[in-house]
Amino acid sequence: MSPSAEAEAPEVVEVAAQERPSVVERAKQRLESLGAMTQMTGQVLSRAVRPPFDGAALIFQVETLGVRSLPIALLTATFAGLVISLQFGYFLARFGVQYTVGRVVVLTLFRELAPVLTALTVGARLGSGMAAELGAMTVTEQVDAIRALGADPLRKLVVPRVLACLLVMPVLTVFADVVGLVAGALVVNAQYAISLDLFFQGALDAVFMMDFVSGVFKGAVFGFIIGLVGCFKGLTVEGGTEGVGRATTQTVAITSVAVCLADFFITKVTLYL
Amino acid sequence: MAFSHRKKEAPTFEFHRPTPGEQLIHFEHLQKAFGAKRVYDDLELDVRAGETLVVLGGSGTGKSVLLKCLIGLQRPDAGRILFQGHDVTGFSEEQFIPVRRNVAMVFQGAALFDSLSVGENVAYPLREHFPDMPLDEVRQRVAEKLALVNLPGTERLMPSDLSGGMKKRVGLARAIATNPEVILWDEPTTGLDPVTTQSINSMINSMKKKLGCTSIVVTHDLVSAFAVGDRMAMLANRRIVQVGTRDEFRRSKVPEVRAFLDARRVELEPGGMS
Repeated sequence: MSPSAEAEAPEVVEVAAQERPSVVERAKQRLESLGAMTQMTGQVLSRAVRPPFDGAALIFQVETLGVRSLPIALLTATFAGLVISLQFGYFLARFGVQYTVGRVVVLTLFRELAPVLTALTVGARLGSGMAAELGAMTVTEQVDAIRALGADPLRKLVVPRVLACLLVMPVLTVFADVVGLVAGALVVNAQYAISLDLFFQGALDAVFMMDFVSGVFKGAVFGFIIGLVGCFKGLTVEGGTEGVGRATTQTVAITSVAVCLADFFITKVTLYL
Repeated sequence: MAFSHRKKEAPTFEFHRPTPGEQLIHFEHLQKAFGAKRVYDDLELDVRAGETLVVLGGSGTGKSVLLKCLIGLQRPDAGRILFQGHDVTGFSEEQFIPVRRNVAMVFQGAALFDSLSVGENVAYPLREHFPDMPLDEVRQRVAEKLALVNLPGTERLMPSDLSGGMKKRVGLARAIATNPEVILWDEPTTGLDPVTTQSINSMINSMKKKLGCTSIVVTHDLVSAFAVGDRMAMLANRRIVQVGTRDEFRRSKVPEVRAFLDARRVELEPGGMS
């Protein structure tokens, strides 16, 4: 190290230590962020139910966010159905009840795997995409321009995206239910020689409407969370393009944790319904 | 926060056509900080109707923030902003709408909406402020404003098809679509070549002649400032250190103004740029 570098080094460390926020400050920032997001949730809900409604923007977002997410949702559901059917077929055979595999697979898929895996895979795509798009609009002052031109960014940008996620996720969950079940039936038929009739008959006997509805309801809640987090992180980007990258990463992390938390509480409630 | 939405009961703002020279905007004891960084301490500034006021200052001194405070995109921490005598400081988003109809902003990077064509961008404020305006009239107004900024027939182009100078001009066409009384120019010539800079300067002057509107231009480009400004204000050390005509600025002995002018002069002189 050169003498000049040696002389500067302590100052650099000192500055870095000063700039790094303390644990208390970081906790305060997190709480403020949570408060702002709660406030935005209320504002989005109030705008979503009050006219004017922008149907064209909603349809565009449903097409952009939903239809284009279908392949990844179906692929995930197919492999989830294949793997859990193989696993349950193998374990249930130990107890001599492999013919019940259809019952177990349908409940696992409908109540848990289809909504959660769809939310985690599709949600990461949707949330990060929204955060990046709105983040880019924020740093290029397009969001400010919307306000300066007399429009409301929440109504123009956030409401259509959140509503689209809310509508799209339950539909994708239903597709995932069907595709996962069919994939499971085919693989146990090929691997364990369980007929398709027996598989589906067992599945239909075991499943109640509540099992199906609880999964679809989870999809709607997860969609709402994904839409809100993606939009919030996009609109609150700071620090230019670097901030946009940070916001997309944070969106994936936050939506994943939020989906798991929400899943636990919804499961807890729906088990008693 | 970008989407903050304050509710406050206050009389609605009604704009009346000002007489040239009357005080149109008054920034009174303005204070603003971003975290620990203070931007303004007791900032005072007047803008008169019909003039082009240039706000000069170095990078990061809060020139753009001043414009954003005027139309409610940023909120001051203390002090007042009077627009035609109305205190607009605590206005809600809804209350700011008539202010924003009469005060248009041309953003530094143009801030055109990427997903909309040039024509849709220019029509955007018309659809927001005048939702009942017939489609033919909207089309006519868009064509008229694009012709005014020397970009006739470009309605179908997308922002990605445009050069930097063209984007600024489309941004101007969008800003003047509602026939505003005040145009706010945020660094209009930054990042442009000298020829395009000259054409933007001509455009600022021609807007004043053709539309008779008031302009506030924030810039650190001295050539542009002296080409368009009727009066100039220097923002330094978190306040306005001098306001005056171009000649008063040239003769200024205020240290911050002198330092700014002399530094730029060195750049413009032969051999001044390394």
